[in-house]
Amino acid sequence: MVSGSFGKDFKMAVRCMRAGFLVVLIAALVLCASLLLSAPSEQKRVSIYSTAANYTLSVLDRDHRDYVSLFEVLEPLGTVTAKTDGSRWKFRYNNVEGEFNVGKTRARVQGHDVDLPANFLLENGRGLVPLNSLTVLLTRFLGGPVAFNEAARRLFIGNVSVHFTAQVNKANPATLVMDFSSPVNPMIATEPGKLRMVFTHEPIVPPGSQTLTFDNKTIPSATFQEDNGAVEITVNGSFSNDGRTITVTAAPQTAAEVAARTPQPQLNLPAITSAVQAGTYTPAVSSGAPTYFAVVDASHGGEERGAALSDQLSEKDITLAFARKLRQELESRGVSTLVLRDGDTTLSLDQRANLANAAHPAIYICVHAASQGTGVRLYGSMLPAGGENRGSFLDWDTAQSGFASASQIVEASLIAELQKKQISVRTLIAPLRPLNNITAAAVAVEIAPPEAGISELNSPGYQQLITETIATGIVAAREKLEAPR
Amino acid sequence: MIPRHLLIGTAVMLGVALAMSVYLWRMRGRVPHVEPAAYSGPIAPPVSGPTEQVTLYVADDESGMLRAQAARIPLPAGRQERAQELLRALLGLYLDKLSPHPLGQSAEVRDVYLVDPGLAVIDMNAAFADDHRSGILVEELTVASLVQTLSANLPGITRVKILVDGKQRETLAGHADLSGFFEVSAVNQMVAQMQGAQ
Repeated sequence: MVSGSFGKDFKMAVRCMRAGFLVVLIAALVLCASLLLSAPSEQKRVSIYSTAANYTLSVLDRDHRDYVSLFEVLEPLGTVTAKTDGSRWKFRYNNVEGEFNVGKTRARVQGHDVDLPANFLLENGRGLVPLNSLTVLLTRFLGGPVAFNEAARRLFIGNVSVHFTAQVNKANPATLVMDFSSPVNPMIATEPGKLRMVFTHEPIVPPGSQTLTFDNKTIPSATFQEDNGAVEITVNGSFSNDGRTITVTAAPQTAAEVAARTPQPQLNLPAITSAVQAGTYTPAVSSGAPTYFAVVDASHGGEERGAALSDQLSEKDITLAFARKLRQELESRGVSTLVLRDGDTTLSLDQRANLANAAHPAIYICVHAASQGTGVRLYGSMLPAGGENRGSFLDWDTAQSGFASASQIVEASLIAELQKKQISVRTLIAPLRPLNNITAAAVAVEIAPPEAGISELNSPGYQQLITETIATGIVAAREKLEAPR
Repeated sequence: MIPRHLLIGTAVMLGVALAMSVYLWRMRGRVPHVEPAAYSGPIAPPVSGPTEQVTLYVADDESGMLRAQAARIPLPAGRQERAQELLRALLGLYLDKLSPHPLGQSAEVRDVYLVDPGLAVIDMNAAFADDHRSGILVEELTVASLVQTLSANLPGITRVKILVDGKQRETLAGHADLSGFFEVSAVNQMVAQMQGAQ
């Protein structure tokens, strides 16, 4: 009896244990599944666009609010330092100081109180501010206008917007041509009936309507969407042959013509050609047409005043005025131009070289001004010996060495034009950065006052004369520069 | 019971120690109190002796050129000390009120180091750079003048590095790049251009 009842009890216990094990196993699986499902499918990001740099940062979730590291936001734009003093976090951007207190919403920037929409947080020395406080904070730190699209997490500092137009050429096959006001480099993906272009680093602004219609059966529409710090343009149509054919073609002439007319530097853009009748699906990924594109660098700026030309005149202001006028003159002659520093901002020499090289110009002109002497002095790079350039990897200090002859062509052209206008001109090599780091024809132009005196440096007439002449020289160099390219 | 001779010995020793203490105390009072010198750094020995003829390359702002100027200055025997004296003589010209290329009144050469093979490191004081006028040509003239004067009078120098207050500086006064080394051959080319451009 006893042994029989013990056996039953033992079996019952084993069954209970099995059932329990199954319940625990199912519960564990459900827990894992719920954890996986609840994990964010995509990292939140914010994109920041400025004349100095375009960049994307991670957004952090703290107490169900979006936060971002203030140090990382401002670091690419200037000199930043931060110091933790107990619960205080002292932050400095260039010459603007800010003070934040952990767990408090009240901050102080440049002597003014700023109310944050949520508490300031400090994590491992990193000061975190609510994402939606960036507009007010950056306006204070940068001293200029900031536009923040909070829904799309895209922040524009200054006037950096890139606009675009799209039109379908009704020729057979139909072609969609998109022109952007600055160079773009989207990620392109396709699926049946759709072509998606994702722009992560371009400050593209929406066209008048989110949906563009083209009155064409093959490519009837395109949509514009901005979300999570990126822009996505989707072209809809019946142009695919199940993804079997990709056609790459040069940008059409019309794009180049538009590029020459628009006031911003242009890139020959990807052309999307449809060939339904031939059964081909043809997204073009790049164009091989060369562009004659100039970068004009207004030297100094921001904290760095350059030479004190007189009691009233700083070199940084004169160089900016000349650079803007030079852009105007070049563009009126059909040369797309980018002014590196189009405002009173601080840019390091490395930043200038990086920005110029990234734009791949045909010519880089660095503008300086001086009170000594008269006329214009042109400077070429003074390259140090050595420096190993291997293939596409260039030594930073001697990157200009492969472009020395192109620089001399530009110099010669500028001398000829200046002499025609009887402007005193002198050429020298100089230990002047960032000339050595530029991967294009590069010349520094130091503008000295005319005989009439230093105040003339600021006169519209003198600036017009010099910039007209330099622009003519740059245009005249085009044929020789493009010949070997 | 302590033996008597031990008591006497101890008393004598104590007496001697007391007498010596009194003597030392009196001697200490007689030593004059000397203040430490205000400057504790190394002091360059005054240069004296026979003078030698050297060529200084003097910058001229008006023409934007270097002018070779012969001078007789006392030079020590050591190569490094000679380099220092050469640059001090050159700077002396620039500190003159009527100088064709004036520098800040407190500009000084702190040191010159000659490092084999062929490298000269010039260490200028902060005032030299801080008070320097800003401009490509005006800064270039200063650099060319220093390098040319050194290399012309001390054969074998092929590269020159300019430090400010013992540290590397990005530019002299916003233009001339001081972050690298100046190749004497490149500076010669620059100077030849300067002279030829007029």
